[in-house]
Amino acid sequence: MDGIDAAGRTRPLIRLGGVGKTYAGGTEALAGIDLDVRQGEFLSLLGPSGCGKSTLLRLIAGLGVPSQGRIDWPAAPLDAAGRPQRALGFVFQEPTLMPWASVFDNVYLPLRLAGQRRRAVAARVAAAIESVGLSSFARAYPRALSGGMRMRVSIARAMVMQPSVLLMDEPFAALDEITRMRLNDDLLRLWREGGWTVIFVTHSVYESVFLSSRIAVMGARPGRIVATIAVDAPYPRDESFRTSGEYNALCRRTSAALRTAMDSAAAAA
Amino acid sequence: MDDDRPIPLGLRVAVPLLLGAALLGLWELLVRWLEVPKFVLPPPSMIADSLLAERATLLVSLWITLRITLLAFLIALVTGVALAVLSAQSRLIEISLFPYAVILQVTPVVSIAPLILIWVGVDHLDRALLILATIVAFFPILSNTTLGLKSVDHNLRDLFQLYGASRRQRLLLLQMPSALPYLLAGMKISGGLALIGAVVAEFVAGSGTGAGLAWRIVESANRLNIPGMFAALLLLSALGILIFLLMAGLQTLLLRHWHESAVRRER
Repeated sequence: MDGIDAAGRTRPLIRLGGVGKTYAGGTEALAGIDLDVRQGEFLSLLGPSGCGKSTLLRLIAGLGVPSQGRIDWPAAPLDAAGRPQRALGFVFQEPTLMPWASVFDNVYLPLRLAGQRRRAVAARVAAAIESVGLSSFARAYPRALSGGMRMRVSIARAMVMQPSVLLMDEPFAALDEITRMRLNDDLLRLWREGGWTVIFVTHSVYESVFLSSRIAVMGARPGRIVATIAVDAPYPRDESFRTSGEYNALCRRTSAALRTAMDSAAAAA
Repeated sequence: MDDDRPIPLGLRVAVPLLLGAALLGLWELLVRWLEVPKFVLPPPSMIADSLLAERATLLVSLWITLRITLLAFLIALVTGVALAVLSAQSRLIEISLFPYAVILQVTPVVSIAPLILIWVGVDHLDRALLILATIVAFFPILSNTTLGLKSVDHNLRDLFQLYGASRRQRLLLLQMPSALPYLLAGMKISGGLALIGAVVAEFVAGSGTGAGLAWRIVESANRLNIPGMFAALLLLSALGILIFLLMAGLQTLLLRHWHESAVRRER
């Protein structure tokens, strides 16, 4: 296994050491982030808005360079040029679809950019669309779809490259509660089937506890990790987990950690 | 509100036609009743007669004006898009080119007509007309396409970067489609401007080897052939309407699936 080093210890998939980000204007968005992302885990970054969790996710994705510290991929195989091969999928807060392209062409995009012929990968694209339950909408244009369906297309597009890591930036924040719960269920199912590592940015305590195997609670000004909480409840998780005492206790604990983080940020400001 | 109710296509064509017919009838009646001299305002029937009588020369003139308009439009389209794509490649190119494009645009075309005439020579009047019409039609294409190429959704841009898109892929698969609605809006303006340019240039520069519609208007005015002048005018506006309809049709055809401007709403 890639994830085990010579000494038999589990190597992290991604290792963040002292990562900080300061913008040109002098705003310190992130400071001193130390975090190991483990192979196969579902990690949530939970924090109030403005705590830099999206910035952190973008740095991990390579959309931007940290001002301090480093982000390593110790377990990733190296490509010909000696860079770590990071098969990433990214889901933005908005569905971020090309309005002029059909659902099929939107999902095909990452493969197309990688130089794959349409005919050669049609089955793969169709399978990704199928896995989010939109097969009958493959030829539809995004504007004909509901918000939840657009987000499903966005997830299918992230999955089509069979990524080892799926990065999600508050993907369901703009959706209604019912759609959100359904997509949460679907996401967990896909994660368990696909065996990826997920890093999921959210500002919802309930969502993070329901989905994650681990939660990193972040505080603001500058953004930093104030607590990590292991969510040991077994998968598959369903409606019975959502109503269990264990779930409630975890939500209380996570809320308390978040509250502490926000109080200390307020005191610092 | 009543205004939001969709009006059936048949009605949308019939109502303006009916209004036009009524106005023409009124015009005919008033001119005859008040005995307005035909060199001041001829009745529509006389204009129709002169349109028929002079159809041979008028059709030749129509073709000449049409050819200059279309050529000017095509040249403006190709160079405008090419320059916009070029300036989208680098900010430096953009800031160096743009002031000159603006100068070209804000200088009244009438004022440079004599200069262009001298440059191309009086033997090549049609070239002068083409150049002048092209200058007039060029700017909306350039500025709209430039704006469109820059109006790319930031997240989509990130997405393309994330999946390692090449510069070419980004241009063809992201920037060009994003710019299409802007380009089409520019083409709509440019199509009309090319016609205006062709007419104004002919007014100023005179006619070349063959006389366009603008020349027919000048000539008819000199001879106090007012019905002939109206006939030429009629053909000019018909040409303008045709260009407008073609552009609007193209816009609907290309954008109907995805862009707010062309999507039909269902209620």
